[in-house]
Order: sequence, then structure tokens, then C-alpha cells
Amino acid sequence: MSEQHIRNFTLNFGPQHPAAHGVLRLVLEMDGEVIDRADPHIGLLHRGTEKLIEYKSYLQAVPYFDRLDYVAPQNQEHAFALAVEKLAGMEVPPRGQYIRVLYAEIGRILNHILNITAYAMDVGAMTPMLWAFEHRELLMEFCERASGARLHMAYFRPGGVAQDVPQKLLDDIDAWADEFPAMIDDLEGLLTENRIFKQRTVDIGVVSVEEAYDWGFTGPNLRASGIAWDLRKSQPYDVYAKMDFDIPIGKNGDCYDRYLVRMYEMRESLKIIKQCIADMPPGPAAVDDNKFTKPPREAMKKSMEALIHHFKLYTEGYHVPAGETYTVVEAPKGEFGVYLVSDGTNKPYRCKIRAPGFAHLQALDMMSQGHMLADVVANIGSLDIVFGEIDR
Amino acid sequence: MADVQPVIDMAELITDSLDSAVQSTEVKGGELIVHADRSSIVKVLTFLRDNVNCQFKILVDVCGVDYPERENRFDVVYNLLSLTQNARIRVKVQAREDTPVPSVVSVFNAAGWWEREAWDLYGIYFSGHPDLRRILTDYGFEGHPLRKDFPLTGYVEVRYDDEQKRVVYEPVKLTQEFRNFDFLSPWEGMQHQLPGDEKATVDEDEAAGEGEKA
Repeated sequence: MSEQHIRNFTLNFGPQHPAAHGVLRLVLEMDGEVIDRADPHIGLLHRGTEKLIEYKSYLQAVPYFDRLDYVAPQNQEHAFALAVEKLAGMEVPPRGQYIRVLYAEIGRILNHILNITAYAMDVGAMTPMLWAFEHRELLMEFCERASGARLHMAYFRPGGVAQDVPQKLLDDIDAWADEFPAMIDDLEGLLTENRIFKQRTVDIGVVSVEEAYDWGFTGPNLRASGIAWDLRKSQPYDVYAKMDFDIPIGKNGDCYDRYLVRMYEMRESLKIIKQCIADMPPGPAAVDDNKFTKPPREAMKKSMEALIHHFKLYTEGYHVPAGETYTVVEAPKGEFGVYLVSDGTNKPYRCKIRAPGFAHLQALDMMSQGHMLADVVANIGSLDIVFGEIDR
Repeated sequence: MADVQPVIDMAELITDSLDSAVQSTEVKGGELIVHADRSSIVKVLTFLRDNVNCQFKILVDVCGVDYPERENRFDVVYNLLSLTQNARIRVKVQAREDTPVPSVVSVFNAAGWWEREAWDLYGIYFSGHPDLRRILTDYGFEGHPLRKDFPLTGYVEVRYDDEQKRVVYEPVKLTQEFRNFDFLSPWEGMQHQLPGDEKATVDEDEAAGEGEKA
């Protein structure tokens, strides 16, 4: 019998691949159908956001955060707004905080709808995306009605929100929150006990508690491994401390649990949305200090001071006292942090963006080793990866 | 603020147990910052991870900061999170281009990509890193773009060349000069002594000295 030469072969997955969730180039070393090593090459969407922010005033930096995780833009802005408020010592009025929490939860549902349905499509189910995207569109309409933009809201500004929301909008969101659980039930009916879906996800990509710590997991991926850790509960910001909601956790840390955690989180987000609308206090939606927030357009027609404030805000911007902070929010994908260093001028000296997806994608190699090629797709989908925030 | 006390206790615990590895600790806005010695960063992080009263088991972030005017121009900042203590800590070490920082991949696997990123964007070298390649910039990129002396526009740009049927790299050609307006109000940048002030009030002994010259 002649000698057999067996060698591993290398497979390029992406950067143009429908299951790569963006521009992921994955170099896979395969032993037959089994993964030996997965080496993600990232940076194809690198835009130098952190460098650009160093050249922009604090207000001009806000829209860059929309373009990180473009699936749930407002949650990123939230982190930046909180960081600037912390350095500048601003206290956002209650109505502003309620609006921000309301829209942060809308962002979470936007994200989870996209992730769950795109994930289902990766593993073979087409219908969830067709059904649930209608609701995504409805939510983006709410975003548009508050800020003027469906996606890149630029709505959470340091000091509050860009403008107040009308009562009719709150009523409409409330009415939507009543009918959305039916859609979640439909999705669950399609997926949760679906035989194909379970075969593709149960016991795939198991991450133990120790591994989750070691690889810096946060958010739903950490909770799926069985750790009840949610920054909204443990280190609450804005009015999350007043909200009543539960943290769903998984047991096995596999792809199926990560899906289930997100599914339950949507129901909990709905609870928060309901509470926000019911408790929404009257009053201003942003800090009443025109050194930080723009004066109303009406005042600018009559008041010289308001006109000067407006001009100064949009040319020079405001100065943030020297200092540094690492401020985090529980973004839909995990812990989104902003490490902001200010040198006392009108531009950030350094703005490091801690994207949860970066740490999660790094663990893909560990999760995929020994799995089949098709399971890599399930792993990528369950990690909830968006390249805007990973490549920055 | 009442909630600062546990942070101060934590700072004392860390300075007591690590003595020479920790240069100083400070609390800024309720956030604990530890300035550590570069060569003992692995020891510091291992202690923070394993000590029962710390248990900073998640390394959330590693990043560089550039201060070109300093002798040790880079700060490497490690942000850690403890779930059991519900606390955060920031460990900082200083480095230059030619002084490697020991890699902490052996302590936290999560550090791997963050350190690659700091190497890519700042050129901070991490010794003992298993796979220190560039991560965010283009294949074959030169320079470290987040350094303060790297221009915002960069040095090269790419375009598709129809004759060569491929993407070509060329030096950046700006159709107009890069404009970085200085919006700082003149009142903010004003010195205590205006030009010409030194002539108005002259110290007595200086005046005496000038008199002697004359």
C-alpha cells in the first residue's frame, strides 16, 4: 500500500459571506471537516473612529458612536454621554433619564430581533427574519419620530437627550409594547422547540464559567454561561435602579442558551419600556445649562445670549475638566465601555472604545476547535457580532 | 460619598500586599487607579485575579494612551472587573517605544487581542505575546496611527486602477489643505501675563540691576 499524505487544509471564510455577519475574514485550518484553528482577520471595516474623535469636539463625537454597533446605536451614545457627564459633573433631569432608558431598551430589542433572526437564518430558518423585521421597522419609526433618524439617532447627548418626546409618541410605543409579545411567542413557536434549530445549536460552542471569565465575556454571552451579571442591576446608571425586571441566565453556555437568554431579555426589556412610559415624569429632558445643551430655537430669535450660546456650542463646543473615567453601559451585546481622558480642552484627549464584540470574537477560536465547519457559523451567530464596533 | 470607602480599603490592601510592584494608588471620581511597575505587571494582575478579596476575574480592556511630551510616552491601561466585589480597577504602567511590556496573556486569554491592538495602533511592544501581529490596520500597513504625531489623514491612500486591474497604494493627495481649526476661545488660552506686561511692573532688585548696567 502506498504511503498516504494527510495534511490540514486552509479555508478562507469570508470576507464576503452571508453568515459572516459583515466583513469577517476567517482563516480556518481544517482537519477534514473538523476545525483545528480559527483565525479571524478583522479590521476590514476599520475607520479610525478613536483617532477621529480626538480631532472633534465632544458634541461632534456623538454620531461616531452610532456607527459602531449600528444595530443598536443609542446604547453606544449612552456610554459616551454618561462618561462626559461624569467628567463635567452634570446631573441629567429625571425626564431625560427616563427617555434614555426607554430608548436604550428599544435599542436592545432592535438588536436582539436582528441577532435572533439573522442567527436563525444562518442555521437554516428563513421565516423568523421575514416576520420579525416588520417590528424592527416599527421601532425604527419610533426612533425617527424622536430624533429624525431611523438608525443613526445622535439622540443621547451629554446632558440629556437632543429634544423632548411628545406624549403621542409615548402612547404609540406603549400600544406597540402590548402587541409585541405575540411576535415573541410566534418566534418561540418557530424556533425554541424546532428540531432542526436545536440540532444545530444545543451543545455547540459550550463556554464554561471559567472560560467566559478568562476570555472577557460580558452581557448575554456571560449570562448564558450561568452568571447573573447585568450592569443595569449591579452598577445601575440613569433610572435603571428604579426599574423592576429580571435577569435571565442560561445553564449550559451553549449556542442554544445564548439564543434563549436573548429571547427572554426582550420580554424583560418590554417590562422596562412599560414602566418608563407609565412613570415618565414631566419636566426638562436635558440639563438646563446652555453652556452644555443648545438653547431652544425660539429663544435664539429673541435673546442675544441664546444666540451666542448656540454659536459657541457649535463652533468651540464646551470644555470638559481634565480627568479620566472608564464608564460602562450594558449594551445589548455586553459591556460597552468608554475610557475617556480629558485634558481640559474642548476635544477628548483619548477616547478608547471597549466593544463587547471584540472580546467575544476573540474567543471564537477557543469555541470552535473540534467542531464541524457548519458549527462555526452557529458560533458566530450566537456570539452576536457586528463589525462596526469590533473594527471601530 | 459613602461608597468610596470600599475603594480606599481595596487600595490599601493592594499597596500592602504588593509593596514594590505598585508605585502608587489614587481614587479619581470613585474609580481606583493603580500605578504599577512595568516589569511586575504580570505579578500585579495575577494577584488581583487570585486574591480572595479582589477576584478581578474579567479583564475588560487593555489600551494605550500617548503622551509624547513625557519621557515614558505611553500609558498602558488595564481595566479589570470583579463580579464578586462588584468593583472595577484600573492598572496603569508606563512604557517607551523601546521598553517592552510583559504580556499578560498567560493571566488572561482576553488580553491577546487587546495587546495586539495596542501594538498595532501605538507600537507598544509586548514581550512574550504568543501572536503579536497587527490587527486593525491593513495588511502591510506602516506606522502606528493612534500616536499623537501620526497625521489624521495618514500617509497612503488606495484606489482601484483600471489599467492595472487592481487596487493601488499611493501617497495621500489632499485636494485642499487639511484644516484643523483652532476654536479655542482666546480667553481660555490667555496667560496670566500678557505680552508686554513684563515691562509695566519691574521688580525692585531687577530694576537695581538694570540701573547698574546703565
